[in-house]
This record gives sequence, C-alpha cells and structure tokens, in this order.
Amino acid sequence: MGTTETPSEGANRLDRRLLLERLSSYWLVGAGLFAVALFGLIVLTLVQQSIPIVSEYSLFQMMTSSNWDPAADEFGFLPAIVGTIYVTVLSMAMGTPLAILAAIYIAEYAEGRTKMLVSSFIDVLAAIPSVIFGLVGLIVVVPFVGDYLAPAVGAHSIGLGIVTVSLVMAIIVTPFMISLSVESLEALPDELRESSLGVGATKWETIRTVLLRAAGPGIFSAILLGFGRVFGATIVPAMLIGGQTAIPESPFDAGETLPTLIVNDFGELMSIPLTQSALILVGLMLLVIVWLFNFGAMLVRRRLQRRWQY
Amino acid sequence: MDRYTEQRLFGFLARASAALILGVLVMVVGVTLWRGGRVFITDPAVMVTAPGSRYMLDGGGGFLHAVLGSIFIVVPATVVASILAISTAIFLQSDYSNERTSDVINMFLNVLWGTPPIVYGVFVLTIIIAAGAQTSLIFGTIAIAIFQYPIMTRYADEALRAAPDAVKEASYGLGATRFETAQVTVRAALPGVIAGIIMGFARGIGDAATVLFTAGRSTQMPGGPFDPATTLPILIFEQAASFNAEVRSHAYAASFVLIVAVLALILASKLLAGRFARFAPGGRHS
Repeated sequence: MGTTETPSEGANRLDRRLLLERLSSYWLVGAGLFAVALFGLIVLTLVQQSIPIVSEYSLFQMMTSSNWDPAADEFGFLPAIVGTIYVTVLSMAMGTPLAILAAIYIAEYAEGRTKMLVSSFIDVLAAIPSVIFGLVGLIVVVPFVGDYLAPAVGAHSIGLGIVTVSLVMAIIVTPFMISLSVESLEALPDELRESSLGVGATKWETIRTVLLRAAGPGIFSAILLGFGRVFGATIVPAMLIGGQTAIPESPFDAGETLPTLIVNDFGELMSIPLTQSALILVGLMLLVIVWLFNFGAMLVRRRLQRRWQY
Repeated sequence: MDRYTEQRLFGFLARASAALILGVLVMVVGVTLWRGGRVFITDPAVMVTAPGSRYMLDGGGGFLHAVLGSIFIVVPATVVASILAISTAIFLQSDYSNERTSDVINMFLNVLWGTPPIVYGVFVLTIIIAAGAQTSLIFGTIAIAIFQYPIMTRYADEALRAAPDAVKEASYGLGATRFETAQVTVRAALPGVIAGIIMGFARGIGDAATVLFTAGRSTQMPGGPFDPATTLPILIFEQAASFNAEVRSHAYAASFVLIVAVLALILASKLLAGRFARFAPGGRHS
C-alpha cells in the first residue's frame, strides 16, 4: 500500500482502513478454516498413530478377543466394547423416556413462570461438571445399588458397576435431549394443536398422534446425539464402573468402557509403544462412532422431515 | 383403559419426569454443597494452603495448587478459544464466505462439538509424545481451548445470526468495510456472545477428561507454563475414592468450590447478558 503517494489525511485514513480490512480478512478466513484444519489434524494424527497396532494385529481379531493384557501383547477390546454397549443401551433406555416426557411437560403442560424456571434449571443441570456427578454417584448411587437395588433383584453387587454408571448417565444425558426436543415441539404451529383438539382428541392423544410425530425428526436426532454423548462419556464411567478387564456377566458386574480403557491404561503403559498405539486406536474408534451418530442424526432428520411433514 | 384415564396417566408421568429430573438436580447440588460445605466451613484454609509433600497419602496442607492450576489453565484457554470462536463465527456470516462454505464448516463444527473430550485429551497427548515434551500446564491450556472452541463458536454463531440485518445494512450503507461492519454486528450481538464465552468458561473449568493426561496431574504448586499442573476436576477425580478420609474430604471441598464457581458463572452469564442487552438495538435479549 503506497502510503507515500497519499499526501492528504483523508486518503491516508482510507488506506489504513483498507489495509486493516485486508489483514482482518486473512485472519477471519484462517479462523473459518481452522475448524476444518483442527478436525483434519485430529483424524490424521490418530490414524497415523494407530497404524503400528493395526499392522500388527487384525482389527477384527482385536475387536473379538476378550483378553486385554498389554504386558503380554494381548489387545482384546471385546470386554470394553460389551461394557460400552451395556452402558449406552441401559442409560438411553432409562434416559430417553424420561427426557421425552419431561420435554412434553415443558413444551405442552408448563406455563409462564414455572416453565421458565423449569427450563433454566434444566440448563443448570446441563452445565454441572461430570466429575461432580461422579462424586455424588459415589456418595449416593453406589450405596443405593449395592445395598438396595442389587439385593432387591437378587443380584450381588459391590455398588460399583454398569448399572450404577447407567443410572448416573441416564440423568446426565437428559438436559441435552430435553432442550433439543422442547425446541422442536415449540417450533410446531398452534394450528396443529387446535385442529386436533377441535376434532375431539384429548390433550394426550394430540401429543401422541400429532405433536410427537410432527416433532419426530427433531426428537429422533436428539436421541441419536444423546447416544453419542453417552458413548463418549469418560469421567463418570471411570469413577463408577469399577474397572474390570473381563466380559461382564450381568449388568450389576463391574466392567469397563472404551473411554475408561484409555483413562486407566494411558500414562502408566506409555512405555510400551504398542499399547499407546492400541489406546489411540480406541480414541479413533470413539471419534468415528460419534461421527456416525452425528451424521445419522442429520440424515434421519432430513428423511423423516420429508416423510412426516404435515 | 379409556382415553381419559390414559390422558391423566400420561399427564401425571410427564409431570413426574420433570419433577424427578429437578429432584436429581437439587440432590446433586445439595449433596455437593452439604458434604463439601461441611469440610469447607470447618477449614476454609484448605483452599488457600499449598499441598504438603505427601499430599496424596495424608492430605496434608490444602489444594491451592488445583485452584491456581484451574485458573492458569482455563483463563488463557478461554481467551484464546473465544478469540478464535468469535472470528470463526464472523466468517460463517455471509460476508466472508458463501452459503456452501458455511454449511461445510458448520458440519465440521458439529462433529467437533459432539467429539468426546477424551479424544481431545488423547490427541494433545499424542502431540506431546511426538514433540518429545512433557505433560504440562501449557498443554492443558491447549487441550481445554480446543474443547471450548466448538462450544463457544456455536453460541457466537447463534448470537450473530440473531442480530438484526438492519444493523449490517446500515453499516454497509454508510460505506463501512466488512471488518468495520463485523465489529458493529458483534456489538449488536454482544449479550449472546458474552453469555457464550461465560458458558464456555464454565464448561472448560469443569472438564476433566481433556486435561487428565495433558496437564500432568501434579501434586505440587504450578511452577511455570512448562511444569506439570493440576485442576480441580482432576483433583476430585483422583481423590474421590481415596482410602484416606482426609484426602477424600479434600475432594468434597474441591467439589464445593467447583460447583459454586460453575453456578456463579451461569448466574453471571444470565445477568451480564441482560446488562449488555443495552448495546443491542432495541434492547433485545438473546
């Protein structure tokens, strides 16, 4: 920029503004691309670091072997995979109905101040750190499961285990699913409610046959995103699952999930390069599966929107 | 079951679910405040005392190292992440990119937003190993900043999107450059942007999985940016199930400090959003 050729102050200032504009546009374009670059860098790093283990053992063999003993070069992910599936399915089975019913309450039943209060409390619940849930789980849920719930169904439990984690995770995912579901319920036009009630449906029939279907795509993708959340949860399972490297026989057993495998073994076993690679592979698996859930949520939303349109 | 019974039943279930979730919230906050508060009230000095030499064994001293570690890690991370997040959000507005580019970048941001924090931890640790460095405060900061970035971007993007178009049009109409217009738009969207930054801060200060292997789990006072450090969530995570009652009680006290900090941040975010609303045209709230 030729500042020497511009004697007048006005032109000088315009030059400065244009220079700033040019420089800032470089920065902003860079910032926009940063999101893509960060994602690419994470995937590349994880892929590159998991190559050693994948070239040594076949992926299928590792996923189906139940023997995890890095010191003896045994890398079986099956117990962690089974544990993860147990936790994910159990917590979603408890959390989903709870979240949808609570969302229906907020969107359709609550009014005025109550509604505002309840939804801001849900926001607070979403912001509570997961270590705090873990700690309260240790104080409250562990004795509850060990002393009451397990004996009540005739199982034996030390309190730590898959059920304990699932109970806590079921609560942790709700705020997230509630806010997305409330959003989709509230986006529905009032004509839907009025015409359904007008032809003689009860309020519940309106909700079940009309509103849940019309808001279905949003609620469905909320559930899928919730799956992704539970799947990648780390701190609560690590604190409450009890850490056991065998396939759990009942939901009351201790176990492990893919993220707790990383937490328990990283750091201590870093000296064995192959272990490090195996754990990075676990991280990559988490990333890919969560990505599939997100992608699925997007697809489901688009498809159902076309099919369930009103 | 006739339809009116069904209606009553599900109406009751909907109320009961909401009540159950709120009850759990009250219980979680209550247990933390009660159990932690008891330790904290009897000995508030634990928060400002440096840990003893055998801290993890006998709980001698206090957890000032974790309090300072949290501050030194999360504050710089929030500054870095919010600058990046606001810039990305500005880019996502149409002035610097087109609809297609924004859509693609938004897709990546959504994936990052849903990525489990532990993956960020593994990623940064991999870099640490590759660089031959040791886990330290600065890497904890990097990991937290990466974790906060998609969260803050989402809030900032929503806020900018909600700003009235008239602001942008007026600014361009007066002959302002894109950058000047962006400044005006950010100011119009300030309540939402500030609320997003504070929420990102709250998430960052509460997260353990990202810093667990990157900050170094130190039990000493943080020395410098290249020395190992620890944060409150890590301390709670490691000491919550300790066999030593004193060590365990410090985890309770730390959870008290953490939950008070998080609740205060949420409150601040709501209040500040209202306060900054006067900068927004028409006093809009986000």
